[in-house]
Order: sequence, then structure tokens, then C-alpha cells
Amino acid sequence: MQRHPDRKLSLGLAAVVVALVAGACSGSSTPAPTVAPSPSPAAAASVAPSASPSPAAAASVAPSPSAAAVTLKVALVAPSAVNDLAFTQSMVEALNSLKAKYNLEISVSDNQFVVATAANVIQNYASQGYNLVIAHGSQYGSILQQLAPQFPNVSFAWGTAGSTYNLPNVFAYQVNSNEGGYVQGAMAAMLSTSKVLGVIGPIAVGDAKLYVDGFCAGAKSVVASISCIPVYTGSFSDVSLMSAAATTFVANKADVLTGTAQAVVGAIGVAKSKNLPWFGTQWTQASLAPSQVVSSQVYDWTPILEQILATIQTGKLGGATFTGTLGNGGEQIQFNPGFSLPAAVKAKADSLIKGITDGTINVPQ
Amino acid sequence: MNQFFTVDVLTATIASGIALATPFLLAALGETIGQRSGVINLGVDGIMLLGAFATYYVELQTGNLLLAILAGMATGTVMGVVTAFVSVTLKAEQGISGIGIYLFGLGFSSLLFQKLVGTPLPIATLPPVGIPVLDSIPLIGGMFFNQSLLVYLAFLLVPVVAFLLNRTTYGLKIRAVGENPAAADSVGVSVARIRWSSVLIGCTFAGLAGASLLMYGGIFQINLTQSEGFIAVALVYFGAWRPIGVMFGSLLYGLVGVVILTWKSLGIIPLSASDLAATAPAVITVLALLFLARRFRQPAALGRPFEREG
Amino acid sequence: MSARESTELTAAIVASGRGRWGRFLLTWFALPSALIIALLLGAVMMLALGANPVTGYRALLQGAFGGSYALSSTAIQAVPLLLVGVGICIAFRANVFNIGGEGQIAIGGLLSAATALTFPDLPGFILLPLVLLAGALGGAVWGAIPGFFKANYNVNEILSTIMLNLVAVQVMNFLLAGPMVDQSPSSVGGLIPETKVLPASAQLPILVTGTQLHLGVPIAVLVAIGVYVLLWRTSFGFQIRSVGLSRSASAYAGMPVKRTITLAMALSGAMCGLAGAILVFGSISHRMVTDGSLTGFTGSAGFNGIVVALFGGLNPLWTIVSAYLFGGLIVGGSALQVATGVPSDLVTALSGTIVVLVVSLEYLRRRARAQSMALASPRASSAPPLLRNAPPQATSDDGHP
Repeated sequence: MQRHPDRKLSLGLAAVVVALVAGACSGSSTPAPTVAPSPSPAAAASVAPSASPSPAAAASVAPSPSAAAVTLKVALVAPSAVNDLAFTQSMVEALNSLKAKYNLEISVSDNQFVVATAANVIQNYASQGYNLVIAHGSQYGSILQQLAPQFPNVSFAWGTAGSTYNLPNVFAYQVNSNEGGYVQGAMAAMLSTSKVLGVIGPIAVGDAKLYVDGFCAGAKSVVASISCIPVYTGSFSDVSLMSAAATTFVANKADVLTGTAQAVVGAIGVAKSKNLPWFGTQWTQASLAPSQVVSSQVYDWTPILEQILATIQTGKLGGATFTGTLGNGGEQIQFNPGFSLPAAVKAKADSLIKGITDGTINVPQ
Repeated sequence: MNQFFTVDVLTATIASGIALATPFLLAALGETIGQRSGVINLGVDGIMLLGAFATYYVELQTGNLLLAILAGMATGTVMGVVTAFVSVTLKAEQGISGIGIYLFGLGFSSLLFQKLVGTPLPIATLPPVGIPVLDSIPLIGGMFFNQSLLVYLAFLLVPVVAFLLNRTTYGLKIRAVGENPAAADSVGVSVARIRWSSVLIGCTFAGLAGASLLMYGGIFQINLTQSEGFIAVALVYFGAWRPIGVMFGSLLYGLVGVVILTWKSLGIIPLSASDLAATAPAVITVLALLFLARRFRQPAALGRPFEREG
Repeated sequence: MSARESTELTAAIVASGRGRWGRFLLTWFALPSALIIALLLGAVMMLALGANPVTGYRALLQGAFGGSYALSSTAIQAVPLLLVGVGICIAFRANVFNIGGEGQIAIGGLLSAATALTFPDLPGFILLPLVLLAGALGGAVWGAIPGFFKANYNVNEILSTIMLNLVAVQVMNFLLAGPMVDQSPSSVGGLIPETKVLPASAQLPILVTGTQLHLGVPIAVLVAIGVYVLLWRTSFGFQIRSVGLSRSASAYAGMPVKRTITLAMALSGAMCGLAGAILVFGSISHRMVTDGSLTGFTGSAGFNGIVVALFGGLNPLWTIVSAYLFGGLIVGGSALQVATGVPSDLVTALSGTIVVLVVSLEYLRRRARAQSMALASPRASSAPPLLRNAPPQATSDDGHP
């Protein structure tokens, strides 16, 4: 009995101290969230200038009206780090590249892997007068479905996904990553002498599964009997598990590897140490294994972003889905000059890209 | 399944499992020493993270692997000073302080990584080194004798730690302090000094475990350990506070994990069972303990700070 | 001079007449002092990272407590912390170290979502309590398993609860991408691992318009009070505390020790499961979503709840305060990140530092109080022995706040 009052009192005193200080500090207590919409220099600055591919925006880009006058406030909420060399980085780079052209004021909240917290962040941005809030993660869709109707003057973008929930202020964007997967799979099959491919994924859902399926389909189109069995480790972020999976494949005679998810850096490390070709996804991963990365299927969000921004400027805040493909530049195969690629393989890749773009080749889904 | 039971696949699977088990083993060995002396350290995961980052950063800056690994160990030792001071000298509640150190390690390593490194770059890792003659033994050679130096070190430490605990005076003191500190104190053993040293050793091991984990993946990421440190603590219980038991526990855990991955890659485990199959290491470990658990007693004074009466 | 000797000397100085002020300060201001030291360390870290500590802390406090929206965010953040903390109070009082909170939250969430999906047409006043109960039940089962193993097979609960966490995440991924998934395809990539939109009737009603403050907040407080009553005013609670203090003595007194341990773990898990249900049905998403990890759903509540409970002295009532403070720290951390660019990991490191400092000062405080009250036994401790075997002396667990 004697001990409790002291501890409780000091706990209570602590609470009082905090409350007093808080009361003193909070000047105008606004009902709205106090998130300051600063153009997050820290987040943008910490993106290392890795071999950033100049996104050559291809054909169907909506002509950008003279947007110089009005500043568009854009917020990005993403589930992993801005320099993850994968999903999030691809979007951050695209946004930054459009900053001058569209006079954007950009704020980034990265590492928002707790969905409930991300919901608060998105709500904060929406109520702070942002014009466009990009929820870059398929797990955020359910949030937008509920929040978007409450903020009819804010435009929301959700990816990777195909549905806008029929909401007038929601855009959706996705990538046919099976296309790029198909091309890289075909290349892998040609490069492989053992005819065993190593494919490593996190969980068999969404973008990851699409890419993997496309990859194996492309491989089988070249060598029908090739072994292309994907291993899903069960986690997006467990690096050593991905390393273990890659090592497993190597043990099974796999001599070409690919994988997706931000933890895939572990698998790339294995490819590097065993000097095996690696096919990258979502962002160029050549910096991780300069001699082993054959090519990377890079997401270039610029065409899609430009369409979204242009549409917003016409007054329409949503209701459209954009799909990045090899054809419209939303998806690109970036070859790594550090890897000596046989001409025949390159030619095959080029012809496949052309065929997919033309529509003559149908990539199964 | 036939594909699995081929020499090459089996060899590589077990070799890989051994390598994957190494960080667990190192951390668990260190924790064993500490717990035998009566101090429980739940901050192992945080110390592993700090050690891993230190190794990574020094390697990036200097390119010297040995220096980097030593830096990782030294980081562990520094954290060991903090842990020992809090748990032994200040006699704080050990479970809580351990979690505090874990939170600190997790937050601080993530912070340093984001501010000092930013975009991850891979580092050179320790290549596997074959032991001459032994590695030519069919089957066994490839499994056991073609690992990196850290792996050999970890498994060599098992008999060393066992010897230390069971056959040296120092080990006797550790065990005495862990079982009956009052009695040890009464015959002149400095409980505090013994516990300080055992905690320092244990945390140095944890730092080394972090370094070995980094060597395995070749790159650092936020929360690289994914709570592996806690699994290592759990393995101490699995191993009944004996180094050899801890070794078997780590091997079991690592091997099951790798076997599951191998079976997935061979198509033995279908995609639909992929998620549930990933639970195998955890389930098997618990089941194994269920069947193996005799009444192993934990060190009697585990978790209790010692204060001299009178 | 050895470390022990110097500590004793410090305590002796403190205890002497000249150190009365020091004693007084230590006794009453240990916790705030620890906070201040930790905040100073945090300021140093912020300076080292090129940020302005004043801006940072101001943002943190404002984000946590500055205004009704901040307060409601903090209250919401505190709910799972409080419930898990209360569950930890129960488990630790029975001397069972439950680190399985994360998994118990997830399983509770899953069962509650499944219940709502199975009975979508029930009216709200039936469905809402039903899903909350389902959540508690799911967590209870997930907690009872390690409890049962400990009680009957001497399987250490640290091991089994950690392992069950690992199992829980895969169960969650499996269910949400498989049997419980929303079948309406929404992308070229196939299905998103989440449930259908859950029935609105089960959604926790919002109490203050304009905020997200929902019914879960008062429910958690009521539950905490209820558990306090359970632990100190019922015979079952007495059994739990008794078993926690001494298994052998309780067995000698005729108490069903094994059953008590299992039930205590089940109850502890039930609290976490309830937290999971509230997370699902208080969420903005109106669905249960996974990103593949446990933390993505729980926000590490299963873990932070342990710290919250321990700061509350394993007393559910004081856990309420400590949950609110910790919740504020987490909410404020995001605001800190936005204002200064310092990653919110700083707050994680800071909370760890606070924990270490607080428990470090505990000993000195205990010594000071013991000296000033001239008590004979310096081994008085409040919380029951965690991970200890022998029965402790003079523990104060009468629960008077």
C-alpha cells in the first residue's frame, strides 16, 4: 500500500505536467488536425540520385494546359520508404519530376504501413486543403471508399487498383505488370542454361502476383518445359527470408532470378554473390548489383500522373482508371548497360515489347 | 518429392538452414550466459539491430569487413554496459528495461539508417570457406563444411560456452549466482561483478548476431531482424539453458524454415498452402517442446535483482 | 569503489537528513524526472539531425493534446494500448509473461469480422455487442493455448506466445486473401486481401461529430474498471493474484492453479481480442485489411501495451492514464515527423529511453522511500515477481490506487 500512492502520484503528476505544457503550447486550438503542409524537404531530399531513368513519356499523354499560375498541393501516402528502390520510390521520383511543370507543392508521408494510422494521415491531408491525395498502396482503398465522399472538393488517387468505387472524386491507377513480366520471363528463359528459374515474391496478391504470373508465362512461351515455380515467403519486409528463398533456388539449379517486394534486396544480394542474372521490378535495381541486373521493369507513373493532374485542372476530380502498359510508357523495360546481354535476347525482348504494344501478342492474366 | 531427396538439393538445403540459424544461435548463446547468471535480457533484438547497423555502416565507410564485424560486436558491448548498469547496478525490473532497450534499438537504428544512409547499398559479405579435406566428404562435406567464417565461429562457440559454463570456475560462479545469489555472496563471490560480465558477454554476442544477420542478407533495412531477437530468447527456453539445446533449437528453427522454402520452390507445397506453410517453423518448435519438455527448471534467481540483506 | 557500493552511498546520502529534499524529489518526481531527462536526450538527437527541438516538441504536444481533434486522436490511439495493457495486468499478476498480444489482437479481429460477415442483417444493438464478444472470444482462444501449455506441460509462455504470433500473421494473410476475401475484383492484379465492407450496423458509433472518437473509447475505460474490480474484489481475481505470487502456496491452499493460469491467459487474450475487434469496427476503412504484417493491423499495440501496463504498475486504473500518455506520444510522433522531417522512429527510440530511465529510477526511489519511512525490508516491490520463482516479500498488491 505504501508504494502505490507514490508511483501513482508521480504518474499523475507527470500527466499534469504534460497537460499543462500542452495547454500552454497549444495556441489556437483548431478542430482540424494540426498537420503542417510543408513541402517536405526531408523526404524528397533523402532520395538518393540513383540512376534515375529519364521517363520518356510516350504517346498518349494529355496535353498539359498552361498550369504555371495555380499551385497544386499534392500529398502522397506510401507504405514503404521513399528510397526503397521499389514501389514507393517509383512514385516519389515521378512526382518530383513533374513538380516544376505543374507547379506542385508536394508532401510525402512514407512508411505508413499501419493502415489505421495511414487513414488518419489521409484524412489530415484532405482536411488541410490539398488538391490531390495519392494513396499509393492497395491496402488504402478501403479508406478512400469511406473518406472520399466526405471531401468532395479533394481529388483522391488510389493505386495499384482498378476500381474507383464509382466515386466522382477518386482516380484509380494500375500497371499491367504482367506485360513487363512476360518480356523479362522470355529473356530469362533464353539466358538460362539449366532451364530452372527462381521467382521470389512476398504474398500471392495484387501487383506481385501479376508480375510473377506474367514472368512465368513469358518464360514458358520460349521454353515450354522450363521450371518456373514462384516461392512466396509470406512477408513483404523479411529480408533474410528472401535471401533464404533465393539461396534455395540456387540450390535447385536455378540460374536466373527475379523477385518483387521491398525485401527483395536480400534476394538480389544472393544473385550478386553467386553472379547470377537478376531481373528487377518496380524501379531500376541496377545499383544493387551492377553486373548482374539484366533489366528492370520500371514503373513510370509520370504519364498517369500527368493525365490525373490535367483532368483535375479541367475540374473533374475523379471517376477514371488509368492503366500503365508497355505501350503508353507507364511501364518500361530498362536494360542495364552493365550487363552484357546477347543480341538475340535483346532482339527477342524488343520484338515482344513491340508485339505487346501492337496488341499482336496477348499476355495471359 | 523425389527431387527433394537428391544429393544436391539436400546438401544445399541443410547448408542454407545452418547459415540461416546462425544469427539465432549467436544471440541465443549470449542470452543463455546472461540468463544462467540470473539476468534476463529482452532487449536482444534491439541490440542486434544496432549491431547490424554498425556493421553495415562501418563496412560502407571503410570497406573493411573485419573492422565492420568488430564494430558490430563493440556496439553490442556498449549496449551491454547500459543493460548491465540498468539491470544489475540499478536493479531495475529486467523484463521492462529489456523492452525499453528493444524500443530504443529499433528506433535508433531506423533513425540512423534513414539519416546516415538513405538509399540502401549492398555490401560485400563473407564468402563461404570450405574446410580442406572435410568439405570433400560426400553429402556431409557440402552441408557442414562449406560455410562462412562466422558460421563456423558460431558453432564452435557452442562447445566453448558449454565448457565455460560447466567446467570453469567462472562458469561455476555464473551458475551459482543464477541459482542462489545469497549463498554465492556469502562465500565472497561478487554477484554484481559476475552478472556484469555475463551480461557484457551476452550483449557482445547479440551484437555479433546482428553482424551475422547482416552478412546473411548483404544489406540493411529498417527492422532487419523482424523480431528474430525475441525468437532467440524463446530458443533459450527451448534449449533448457544449455548451449547444446540452444544449438538444436536454432537448427530446428532454421532448417524447418529452409525446408519449407525448398518445398515451395519444388512445387511440393502448392500456392494455396503457401501462407499456412510459413507457420511451420513456429508450430514445429512449439510441438517439439511440448513433447520434449521435461521439468526443466529455469535458474532459480532468474529475473530477480540481488540485494544483500542487512 | 564498486558499483554497488557507490549506489549504496548515493542512497545513504539521499537518506541522510541533508538529503531530505533529494529524497522528496526522488520519491515524488521520479517519473517526471525520467521524462525530462529522456526529452533532453531526444532534443540532443533532434539537434544532431538538424532539426529544431523546440519546433519538434511543440509539434508533438500539439499533435497529441492541442485541441479537440488531437485529443480525440490520442484517445482513439490509446484504446488498443489500454485494452492490451489491461490484459497484461491480468497475465502478469498471474506471473505469466504474455508477449502474444499482437497475435491475439489479430485473431480477435478476424473472428469479429467473420461474425459480422456471417450475420450481416442483424440489428445493430445485437450485432455490435456480438462482434465485440466474438473478438474477445478469438483472443481468448489464442491466449488460452499458451496458457494451457504452460499450466499443463511447463512450456514456457515466452516461447509459445512468440511462436503463436508468427502463426497468427499467416492465418490472417490466409483468411483475408482466401475464404474471407472480398470477391469483387478491383484491379487487374486480382483481389486485394481485405474483407467486404462490413455491416454499418456493427460499426462503432461516433460520439463526437467531426472527430473519429467512437464508442470504443468509453468501452475500453469501462473494461479497465471492470478488470480492476475483478482483480481486487472477486475471488477469481484473488486466485489470479495469489497464483502469481506463489504457485505452491496457492496449490497448498487448495486453489485450482492450472485452471487459473489458463483462464488468466485466456482473459488476457480476450482483452487483446477485444482490442482487435475495436480496431476493425472503429476503423475508417470499415473493413479488415492486411498489408501482410501484424503491425500493419495492430500498430504494435500488442507490444506497446506491455510498456503501458508496466508504467501503470499493473493496475488497470492507472493503466488508463499511462495508455493515454503513450497514445499521445505515438500520435505526436507523426506530427513531429511532419513538422521537422525527423522520422517518427525518434519517438520509438525516445519511448524506449523513457522506459529505461523510469525503471532505472525506480530502485533509487524505492531506496529513498524505504529510508525515509525507515522500513526494515528493502525488498518491497509493487508488481508481482515477473519471471521469478521464489515468493517475494512484502509485496503490496492490495490494489488501492
